[in-house]
Amino acid sequence: MSAKMIEVRWHGRGGQGAKTAALLFAQALLTTGKYIQAFPEYGPERMGAPVQSFNRVSDTPITIHCGITEPQFVVILDPSLLDAVDVTEGVGTQGKVIVNTSFSAEEMAKKLGIAKEQVFVVNASKISTETIGKDIPNTPMLGALVKVIGNLDINGVLDDTKSKLEVKFRSKPEVIEGNLTSIKRAYDEVKNS
Amino acid sequence: MVKTVFSKGKIVAKTGNEVMAEAMRQIAPDVVAAYPITPATEIVQIFSQFVADGKVPTEFVAVESEHSAMSATIAASVAGARAMTGTSSQGLAYMWEMLYIAAGLRLPIVMAEVNRALSAPINIHGDQSDTMGARDAGWIQIYSENSQEAYDNMIQAVRIAEASKLPTMVTTDGFIISHCMEVAEVYPDADVKEFVGEYKPERALLDYKRPFTLGAIDLQDFYFEHRFQLAQAMRDSKKIILDVASDFKKKFGREYSFYEKYQMDDAEVAIVTIGSAAGTTKVVIDELRKKGIKAGLIKIRVYRPFPAEEIAKDLSKVKAFAVLDRADSCSGTFAPVYLDVVAALYANCASAPKSENYVYGLGGREISMEHIEEVYMKLDAIAKGIKKASTQLEYINVRIK
Amino acid sequence: MKEDKKLTAAELPAGGMLEGGTAEEFKTGPWRSQRPVWNKDKCIHCLTCWIYCPDASIKIAPDDKKTTVVTGIDYDHCKGCGICARECPVKIQAITMEEEKK
Repeated sequence: MSAKMIEVRWHGRGGQGAKTAALLFAQALLTTGKYIQAFPEYGPERMGAPVQSFNRVSDTPITIHCGITEPQFVVILDPSLLDAVDVTEGVGTQGKVIVNTSFSAEEMAKKLGIAKEQVFVVNASKISTETIGKDIPNTPMLGALVKVIGNLDINGVLDDTKSKLEVKFRSKPEVIEGNLTSIKRAYDEVKNS
Repeated sequence: MVKTVFSKGKIVAKTGNEVMAEAMRQIAPDVVAAYPITPATEIVQIFSQFVADGKVPTEFVAVESEHSAMSATIAASVAGARAMTGTSSQGLAYMWEMLYIAAGLRLPIVMAEVNRALSAPINIHGDQSDTMGARDAGWIQIYSENSQEAYDNMIQAVRIAEASKLPTMVTTDGFIISHCMEVAEVYPDADVKEFVGEYKPERALLDYKRPFTLGAIDLQDFYFEHRFQLAQAMRDSKKIILDVASDFKKKFGREYSFYEKYQMDDAEVAIVTIGSAAGTTKVVIDELRKKGIKAGLIKIRVYRPFPAEEIAKDLSKVKAFAVLDRADSCSGTFAPVYLDVVAALYANCASAPKSENYVYGLGGREISMEHIEEVYMKLDAIAKGIKKASTQLEYINVRIK
Repeated sequence: MKEDKKLTAAELPAGGMLEGGTAEEFKTGPWRSQRPVWNKDKCIHCLTCWIYCPDASIKIAPDDKKTTVVTGIDYDHCKGCGICARECPVKIQAITMEEEKK
């Protein structure tokens, strides 16, 4: 695996949009000129059950097709998963974990059993409730992920998400605006403290 | 930055299923008959949505089983239509007897097939047991490493099938490619349409002015000649496959052959495999090359017809190779691809390199870079005379004891 | 009957395809042990025999009024099964089976 390749693992519950988030993330980064992969965990799909999805992002073509076991970034859509799944598996001492939670990074680090420097928190559920009107944390978490990864183009991601939503919600401009605001807010609010 | 190879191409993020359905929409066959639920993947479901949305003028026949799907596709093809279908796993198994009939009647049917495991136990994850079982059915088999290849192979398959009068299946690895979103370049509808051209069957049953009989009984005096014709057509299709690939390169810029060689020029140890694992193998090769191990890869694209002479020639230059099969023959000996490769070497070369055969990834079992690297390290040791090649079938990542 | 030279794999049409109407060249008349004899005067041209004949051996043609009528029996292909005689309406009996003289 090339050193420049980014590998991401998403944790959610069936129905929360972990797969969709990975797909949206991949599509958005493609428009910024990156090579991408997005794939769901190859398992049964059941509403409420813990599910995973994955992303690879690279500046060069991606030929690797095995699973992701040591992700640099882990995104947790549902904090209740912490008790059910080993979300830090393969994260090591360098990987970064982004959690949708109201707790601080310090508190989360204690829970996760990893260094505080590796933990990022954002209250995506609160953001989505305030901006979209529903607890749909996957869209804001896109923004948080882009911020934590660092060298990605948030405006490109926003533009692509906007154009996709415009097709889907032509008659509901408030939904589009809400989603975009949620991404921007999570981008700004995600923190390591 | 992701760039197109074809000047008018468009970069998209699509799953293997989506690009295969997209290719079918662009090819716009006259008839698609399919059974669009599990174990089939979304391909025909997506395609049927295209039909419902008026995006393709194809007559879509939703049948009640895969046996009927292939039967209806055969009937449509005999009637003179450009006919396609798609399936996977048990669905392909259920088509079995009709597969042979499609080939025996020399019908240029194209099938989008996603490689998934066969029951029992029940499993629909990626492995090649389904199409490996159909390897002697008289169908051309083209395997794809990724979404791009799946798309390109579908487009080429139409012309290959029609020129060779052989049914052709294009496959991708289940889930690993079929459900993985990747970067793919798609071409404008008009260019695909121009490339595949119009289907002009020599004879069609709906041409009532020139009636003919198809599927009549064929006894001891003619059956053998007809089966010889089929086998010969498979041999002759090699030229057609290369010609179509050459036209494809001229038109769209991407290069295809019977197999892809990766770092084979000076390779001392090589892996031969099919499908998505080849992509992972390439990454391993890049790593090993940095360590001074001259590793190479032969990724088979066209498995039927089997490019025996060509592979033998390329493999004869290495010191040791391993064939990684994603299907087991349960034959008491080796797995399908290995048998073909070794027979090719035995028939074509005075001396052959040391070799091993591994079965991996059944039912979607992970094959990691470490697994592939281990194979190369063993091959390297065999090449240097430190280790002996195994004389039996070996398995990767399975709990044996 | 002379033995035809059989076509090779290179000469045969692909896929076991056969041209329409090849059965006409294959004479099955000599298989008969009984022959149907058609009585033109009794026949009411209901075409029941034509419908039932499994070997398309009842000959038909349009008459002056362009009505389709029976014109005879194709002894080159009739195998003498007797279905025509059996199906001919009981009150008509325009077809009777006779011993084939060999």
